[in-house]
Amino acid sequence: MPLLEVKNLRVQFPTRRGVLTAVDDVSFTIDEGEVLGVVGESGAGKSITGAAIIRLIEPPGRISGGEVILGGRRIDDLPAEEMRHVRGKQIGAIFQDPLTTLNPLYSIGRQLAETMQTHLGLSDRDARARAIRWLEDVGIPGAAQRIDAYPHQFSGGMRQRVVIALALCAEPRLVIADEPTTALDVSIQAQVIALLKRLCREHGTAVMLVTHDMGVIAETADRVAVMYAGRIAEIGPVRDVVKNARHPYTEGLMGSIPSLTHRVERLRQIDGSMPRLTDIPRGCAFNPRCSRAFDRCRAERPELMPTGGASRAACWLYAERGEARDAA
Amino acid sequence: MAGEARGTEAAAAQPAPPMPRPMGPVARFLDSDLWYSFSHSPLTIVSAVVALTLIGGALFAPVLAPHNPFDLATLNLMDAFNPPAWLEGGERQFLLGTDDQGRDLLSTIMYGARISLFVGFCSVIFAMTLGVTIGLVAGFVGGTTDAVLMRIADIKLTFPAILVALLVDGLVRAALPRELHDRIALWVVIFAIGISNWVQYARTVRGSTLVEKNKEYVMAARVIGLSSSRIMTSHVLPNVMGPVLVIATLNLGFAILAEATLSFLGVGVPPTQPSLGTLIRIGNDFLFSGEWWITVFPGITLALMVLSVNLLGDWLRDALNPKLR
Amino acid sequence: MFAFIVSRLLQALPVMLTVSLISFAMFAYVGDPVAIMLGQDYTEAQRQALIRDLGLDQPFIVQFWEFLKNAVQGNFGLSYRLARPVSDLILERMPATLELSFTAAFLALAIGVPMGVYTGLYRNSLLSRFFLTISLIGVSLPTFLIGILLILVFAVDLGVLPSFGRGDTVMVGGWWATGFLTVSGLKALILPSITLGLFQMTLIMRLVRSEMLEVLRTDYIKFARARGLSNRAIHFGHALKNTLVPVITITGLQLGAIIAFAIVTETVFQWPGMGLLFIQAVANADIPIMAAYLMMIALLFVLINLVVDLLYYLVDPRLRGSLAGSAR
Repeated sequence: MPLLEVKNLRVQFPTRRGVLTAVDDVSFTIDEGEVLGVVGESGAGKSITGAAIIRLIEPPGRISGGEVILGGRRIDDLPAEEMRHVRGKQIGAIFQDPLTTLNPLYSIGRQLAETMQTHLGLSDRDARARAIRWLEDVGIPGAAQRIDAYPHQFSGGMRQRVVIALALCAEPRLVIADEPTTALDVSIQAQVIALLKRLCREHGTAVMLVTHDMGVIAETADRVAVMYAGRIAEIGPVRDVVKNARHPYTEGLMGSIPSLTHRVERLRQIDGSMPRLTDIPRGCAFNPRCSRAFDRCRAERPELMPTGGASRAACWLYAERGEARDAA
Repeated sequence: MAGEARGTEAAAAQPAPPMPRPMGPVARFLDSDLWYSFSHSPLTIVSAVVALTLIGGALFAPVLAPHNPFDLATLNLMDAFNPPAWLEGGERQFLLGTDDQGRDLLSTIMYGARISLFVGFCSVIFAMTLGVTIGLVAGFVGGTTDAVLMRIADIKLTFPAILVALLVDGLVRAALPRELHDRIALWVVIFAIGISNWVQYARTVRGSTLVEKNKEYVMAARVIGLSSSRIMTSHVLPNVMGPVLVIATLNLGFAILAEATLSFLGVGVPPTQPSLGTLIRIGNDFLFSGEWWITVFPGITLALMVLSVNLLGDWLRDALNPKLR
Repeated sequence: MFAFIVSRLLQALPVMLTVSLISFAMFAYVGDPVAIMLGQDYTEAQRQALIRDLGLDQPFIVQFWEFLKNAVQGNFGLSYRLARPVSDLILERMPATLELSFTAAFLALAIGVPMGVYTGLYRNSLLSRFFLTISLIGVSLPTFLIGILLILVFAVDLGVLPSFGRGDTVMVGGWWATGFLTVSGLKALILPSITLGLFQMTLIMRLVRSEMLEVLRTDYIKFARARGLSNRAIHFGHALKNTLVPVITITGLQLGAIIAFAIVTETVFQWPGMGLLFIQAVANADIPIMAAYLMMIALLFVLINLVVDLLYYLVDPRLRGSLAGSAR
């Protein structure tokens, strides 16, 4: 049984211009200890999917359909107080900007101890000792002295390590990491990602890694889901999706990444841009930009279907027997 | 927007969606977020109506007022101390009662509101002009000028506005001979209130100017050779006016209150041009003998005026605040 | 920290100097003290004698220096109108104003802060809307009107509270006449302090509320929620602490405003304090009192600002950190 099952999730925002659907009928699973990358352009709905899983959508947005099942138990309809127990203890979260994520007026030791005491019921002394060990684990030098320091006294990379410690200290089974390295220097990014990967492997924690950086995904994830306009375009093992993209959008994405190893004449570019949530085209959301679109693409929205390889794609090209079809 | 697929088969097969027709300015306004938030907030609509009524009544007092309280010929001491029309002893022609000299209260209130609003608006305009100029210069010129101006602002800020207004008023009063002072007292009050309140404008404009100063259009203007003052007024100024207007609206309520306070204390507008504050002060003397209406009705008018202006200012600030959208 | 205090005091110096200059200029250029003191008939010889006596024939700098020396010792000469030493008058009236101001400030804080927190946390409850309406009225009514209305209701109609004066006072320490120790003194304090404090109370309430709302929208609160911390820990731990920091500054400044607005309240209630003295001085062009009041207020505000800065320094670790040097 998978650790996390998301079934037909729909998240909507009522605005005065109508109802915006930010996440439209999204389904995927994450197994124990697995790293699922969720990749896509800004506005594709990846962060909101993560927020929906832990039910931290800002009103007036709301989950308007679908189910979220953690360890066999539905969590999307839990009463607020029970959901609070799930957050932190079962599912941890890491956000993008470590400077604003940490409360500037509390020492990091206090923030760590507080989290652990809430979920693990430790005494003050034990919590503090564990906090020091966590800081050492995430690679903060001189942890025992730094434990009473404040967030502004750390560099960006160190802060994000603290955030990782905070997310993992209650021993959750799943961590949702939303753009964990985007706000960091490039030289630090690799370190932080490696740290995250190692810790999650050690503690057996599954990860939903949301990012727009394909490089990070290629290095860290086991499987990857490509999102577009609030839907999943393609999902499958990382190697397959990267090397053998099936969905035309994923193809375009992969082709637009520069490579250090082969010579490429021109970086491919996908014409146009992702539609605004108010103007999602009928049928397949990608059809106006797709060079292989045909009538069915414009009329009916495709579901994820087998493509003959290890991944599944939401594309009518694979409608018959899972083999690629030529465009009509 | 969606649908811009160039050079693909899809484009040939699917016609481009029709371009939206450009809207005229009225239509644009009605479609804007501003109008939306206004028309959907009953409170704001009500306060706008109240404010307009009061302002209208004040502006057109000479035309609308049932009596002329300054025309001594029409006053009759026999009419003095009439209670409001709906109480025993009241008369229809004096709807809100009369004061100690037989003047109709409704009329004096309308004329009084006129003075209050006049002083309020003028002092806001004065404060805005002064503050915006100082802010523009400080932000644009920078360096020592900036440091000095901001230090002055800081010193000014250590003192509450009402104190500054009182002080300035007192100084001018002490400096000028009595008749001269009485003649220009109205302007002295405007000056005093205006000068007590310019710092907010200056700070905001300075901040925006500092941001705009580094933008390319300013550098371009300099390259063409426009003078600094020209750049400041025609280019930077329009871009920083938005928040300024919000401050001005919020300050209007304060300015009206400040004038009322000064007049109530006896150091505001001259007795020949009584504002609502003056009326309240006069009426205060009769509170204990039971003629409460002489002070209460001007008070209610003042409160309604400031309340509606404050509500409108609140709405404007929330509607224009990008963070709340 | 010592350096901090010293630097703040040095910054206060230009303020005090400027204010002294203005005060002195009032003496030197506004009105004619000789004419006022000599009355209607005087000879030129008497005038010259008085000018020499008062030192008015000395150069500006010398006069200013004399003024400063006297001011530091609390000597501001005689009141033009009352012919008594200004310092005596002020000292006589100071306890009345201070007691009134502090009571009003205490009321404003004790009611304003909790109300602000409540309306920030429970935005849409009926009670919140009620409080907000009251606050709007409080901000729109001028102080004197509130005083008049209170007098109308409680003194005229109901006759339970006095409408003027301080009641009976008790001499404490040989100099301070306090109204706290008598029943009539306390009764006399009620209406004026409510009048004075109402405006500030609503201001504080609105400020605390808007700060609270801002804080509740921050990333660190979101992260705290994502860690599953209890509502209590989030609201009264994280959010409250961060809200109160900027509130401290404003409150300090408000104390200054209260002392200024005491002028109005004292006029309405004929409260024998410094404010009433000042307004009478303004109406009578009594320069010595105006000058002395101005200097005193400036000193008071400077002290208040200093205390506020100190408090800020104690509460916000970011300020301390910047002085101690941040660790990397």
